[in-house]
Amino acid sequence: MNIRIASALVLALIAIAFICAALDLPPAGDHQAPAAQHVSPRYIEMAYQETATRNMVCAVLADYRSFDTLGEILVIVIAGIAIVYIVGISRPADEI
Amino acid sequence: MRKSFGSIILNVAFRHLTPFLMLYGVYVLVHGHYGPGGGFQAGALLGLAVVLVQMVQGTRAEWRIGVSGGIILACLGALIYLAIGLAPFIWGGNFLDYGVLPIAATPAEARALGILGIETGVTMGVMGVIIVMFDLLTRDNGEREE
Repeated sequence: MNIRIASALVLALIAIAFICAALDLPPAGDHQAPAAQHVSPRYIEMAYQETATRNMVCAVLADYRSFDTLGEILVIVIAGIAIVYIVGISRPADEI
Repeated sequence: MRKSFGSIILNVAFRHLTPFLMLYGVYVLVHGHYGPGGGFQAGALLGLAVVLVQMVQGTRAEWRIGVSGGIILACLGALIYLAIGLAPFIWGGNFLDYGVLPIAATPAEARALGILGIETGVTMGVMGVIIVMFDLLTRDNGEREE
């Protein structure tokens, strides 16, 4: 029971810390936010000149932030390999 | 999936549906530069075209990619992505900096072609994983990979 109370206290402390941090975030759609000051205008103004791609979302997803997309596709492929082992483990080994 | 649930109506209807489904998947892939779309959505469409054939025809399906084929397809997709990411090292660029690749006249056009290449890799990865998931979860007891 003590462990439950202790873990509840720890979770409450973490929740308070996160709420305090979230209160300091700029509101959604704030054009004075730091991210909207230099990153977003650069994407909007230069995306077509730099990537010859009319779809700005595609340019950001696959060029400016392609390292992120690499992580996403690796996660999906690793999940597929994990499914093979997890589902196949309940069957005889020669059937996989 | 040993038993299909296709009646004769489904068996006739899916033959007209599948080519358009696959064509739409390829369209979504190559149209990602100009509108909504891209690798993940195209992979879902192409994977579901293969899944549809297996649902209607069961083990009699001609298009049976199977678990090992799906894993090979998914890993090839990730490998294409990594290879296009590593290729700029040869021409002195950074990781995933396709602007330095000598495949187009200007760096911007090279970037557009590089985006298409990695989207193809993403498509193959998502398609393979969807086929693997469907094949494993609907496999009957004692059914073997052919």
